[in-house]
Amino acid sequence: MSAAPALSRREFLLASGALVVAASGTWEAARVLAQAGTLPPGPSPEALDSWIAILPDGSAEAFFGKMDMGQGLEVAIAQIVAEELDLAVEHVRVRMGDTATTCNQGGASGSSGVSLGARPLRNAAAEARRILLERAAARLGVPAGELSVANGIVSAGAERARQVSYGELLGGQHFDAHVEWNRAVGNFMDVKGRAQPKPRGQYRLVGTSVPRRDVAGKIFGTSDYVTDVRVPGMLHARMVRPPRAGSTIASVELGSVRNARVVREGEFLAVVAEHEWDAVQAARSLEVQWTPHAGEPFPGSDGLHEHIRGAPVVKREDTVKTGDTAAAFATAARVIEAEYHWPLQSHASMGPACAVADVRAGEATVWTGSQKPHSTRDGVAKLLGLAPEQVRGIWVMGPGSYGRNDAGDAAHDAAYLSKLTGRPVRVQGMRHDGTAWDPKGAACVHRARAALDAHGQVIGYEFISKGLSRVNVMFNESDPRDCLAGQSLGLPLNPGAGLGTPAESYAFAAKLLAWEVVPALLERCSPVRTSHLRDPLGPEVHFGSEQFIDELAVATGKDPIAFRLEYISAPRDAAVVRAAAERSGWQPREPARRARGRVLEGRGIAYAQRGDTVVAVVADIEVYPKDGRIWARRFTVAHDCGLIINPQSLRQTIEGNIVQGLSRTLFEEVRFDRDSVLSVDWASYPILELRDAPESIDIVLIDSADVAPSGAGEPTMRCVPAAVANAFYAATGVRLRRAPLSPERVRAALAHS
Amino acid sequence: MGTVQFTLDGRAVSVEADPNMPLLYALRNDLGYNNPHFGCGLAQCGACTVHLEGQALRSCVTPLASVAGKTVTTLKGLGTPERPHPVQQAYLEEQVPQCGYCVNGWIMTAAAFLAGNPKASEAQIREALAGLKCRCGTHLSILRAIKRAQSLMARGGSAA
Repeated sequence: MSAAPALSRREFLLASGALVVAASGTWEAARVLAQAGTLPPGPSPEALDSWIAILPDGSAEAFFGKMDMGQGLEVAIAQIVAEELDLAVEHVRVRMGDTATTCNQGGASGSSGVSLGARPLRNAAAEARRILLERAAARLGVPAGELSVANGIVSAGAERARQVSYGELLGGQHFDAHVEWNRAVGNFMDVKGRAQPKPRGQYRLVGTSVPRRDVAGKIFGTSDYVTDVRVPGMLHARMVRPPRAGSTIASVELGSVRNARVVREGEFLAVVAEHEWDAVQAARSLEVQWTPHAGEPFPGSDGLHEHIRGAPVVKREDTVKTGDTAAAFATAARVIEAEYHWPLQSHASMGPACAVADVRAGEATVWTGSQKPHSTRDGVAKLLGLAPEQVRGIWVMGPGSYGRNDAGDAAHDAAYLSKLTGRPVRVQGMRHDGTAWDPKGAACVHRARAALDAHGQVIGYEFISKGLSRVNVMFNESDPRDCLAGQSLGLPLNPGAGLGTPAESYAFAAKLLAWEVVPALLERCSPVRTSHLRDPLGPEVHFGSEQFIDELAVATGKDPIAFRLEYISAPRDAAVVRAAAERSGWQPREPARRARGRVLEGRGIAYAQRGDTVVAVVADIEVYPKDGRIWARRFTVAHDCGLIINPQSLRQTIEGNIVQGLSRTLFEEVRFDRDSVLSVDWASYPILELRDAPESIDIVLIDSADVAPSGAGEPTMRCVPAAVANAFYAATGVRLRRAPLSPERVRAALAHS
Repeated sequence: MGTVQFTLDGRAVSVEADPNMPLLYALRNDLGYNNPHFGCGLAQCGACTVHLEGQALRSCVTPLASVAGKTVTTLKGLGTPERPHPVQQAYLEEQVPQCGYCVNGWIMTAAAFLAGNPKASEAQIREALAGLKCRCGTHLSILRAIKRAQSLMARGGSAA
């Protein structure tokens, strides 16, 4: 990939050949932007041209302020835009992730790519069609209501004697039209024109399995990743992090590197070189004297949950509080209690993050794999003392992205190194940067208890999650205080406090769901700082809550499906539980088999909501007591995310959720001692391999076409841990209340049973 | 520094570099072959895999000097959109990748394995591809694609 300097959107379009803009034409977005300080940086959301362009050949471009991490969002957006424009889907190109050409729709965030991200595109495309028909009516001398459109050709009359194409009507010209913007920036940004989008009954593209367009480039090695971006004159860099957390630099031996030089400001330390291999070697050979942290900052991973139990609460929130739980427990005939532990986990993206930055006087360009390049732009601007308008963030597919991983740090590192060296800089992590130094998914302890009356009815229910904040650093990098660069340069900290509670519809008469956050283990430049990891707090919380529901079913002598259906209050929730049970051939639970030395089999269910999406997952597992192995052989998923855009990519997204969720359930735990992370690579942070992949994942898609699409990027993942743990109980009669359900833990649990 | 000559995707190439530098850096930075990826630098994930004389090799830990005079094949040399390798064709039909960063390793390793074991069972495939990582969790698509590649090869496609 070759480099591009910061371009205005107009210049960008000209340079890319995408639009031939008439010399006399105005550029509405840029003009409005220059005059009104109240608009966000980048293209104006109030200009239709910021969303849709019609090219001279009659095809369309859609400018999308989120991005596809490989789950098929790009083609879904193309389908939605093509649907509204009455174009063939192959004639819609989606441009994503460049802050110069897209509005800030929040990047990839919270499974909202379709549910929120598609809304302004759908409305803008409908408005574009309305304007095109208006022009066609004038051109053909026929009322717009008597026109029809197919594949971008507008026709008049039944015999279609007169027709005109989108390309002839507008190709290469701007709409110069206004759309009403809801003033939101980020996920909830929306616009509306005068046109109403199509009624769903008229859909011909939405709901069909149009193949993705990013696949061939990945298979033939022809598409670029951020690691492939090369800028003329760029330096290669590697960051140097302290080997023991909280250490500070006492001295650096500048002569300890060859063909490279040391760049340092405060605790911000790197080596740069003309050649990448020299930078890699210099980072290894650099001699640094470190001043250790006063005291040992960490409790160690084995002591983490005991630490959390005893740590002070900095913030608490009761998210659900109905009825009088205290009275229920006071009058209970029986109280059931349990505690569940979830570990710190790493994004451990497929490759460590990489970024390239070119910082010049008054402007900067950053190429990043971050799923939120608009945030990268904002953060880098603050770090460099520039206005956001002076920074261009360009997303290029990174080596995997599942939330706030190390990409945000790499972008800031590259930008600051470019500023300090006066050269474009490419920084890439080594494996330990991606595993030991990425922000981690929060660890937590869940305390659950239920009050039963004399008939076994649940009259009181409490589920309280206590843990590290989900956001020791913010879930995007729009502020350099949330990045290692800013923290190592001594910027004040910006910690957030929040966790999560179960998302379900169990109608217990008295119910309390709450979370409590404890202080960060280390405040500044911590390798175990927390932030969002795919489906933040989803697997963490529901590992406990959906196991506890199972424990209540067992305690009251009821089948886990029947117990759930007795208390679930939302009809769509009950429907997915029933659908998963039916498809999996669920039979009321048989007594647990506990014979040793042979394979044990068990089946478990878990269900959860995520936003308006509901999912139920049944896991069929095999337990090999001798070596402690769990093989989750078969999954059955019932999934309702409202209107389905593309069934094929939805199914594969669900599969990815199951497998990544299974990896986190069975294998993943960040190990650390008193001051160092010990999980630094794939050997010390193992993830699921092919041998442990399920044999089948059977998916029931419930197409609630009358319900707005509500997202599928994450919801399934939160059901996996408890479904497997419940299956383990069914197989063995033993509860595993601490994740991951690793072979060592399985062997230990069975030995003590 | 030294000069190392070898054959890359059917073309004679020459690299002047530290002979101990891993082949991966030469491929990416000196020769402009981007599809072998840096994933770990430790031979633990497979993202950097190429073929050396037809055998899968982790280029991130292979000294440049060790391929002197030999034949190296990358993903681009394995097949093209016009003439895809059966594993690539199957990957396309199954729409396997998500982020796709790992794809190079899986395709190159599977292609080398299937060349010698065209009728491997699923259990054998699962064992043969141990040590490859996919963080997005596309493993079921991968298995479907490899089985599809086996039938494509049985119907006359080439394995190498």
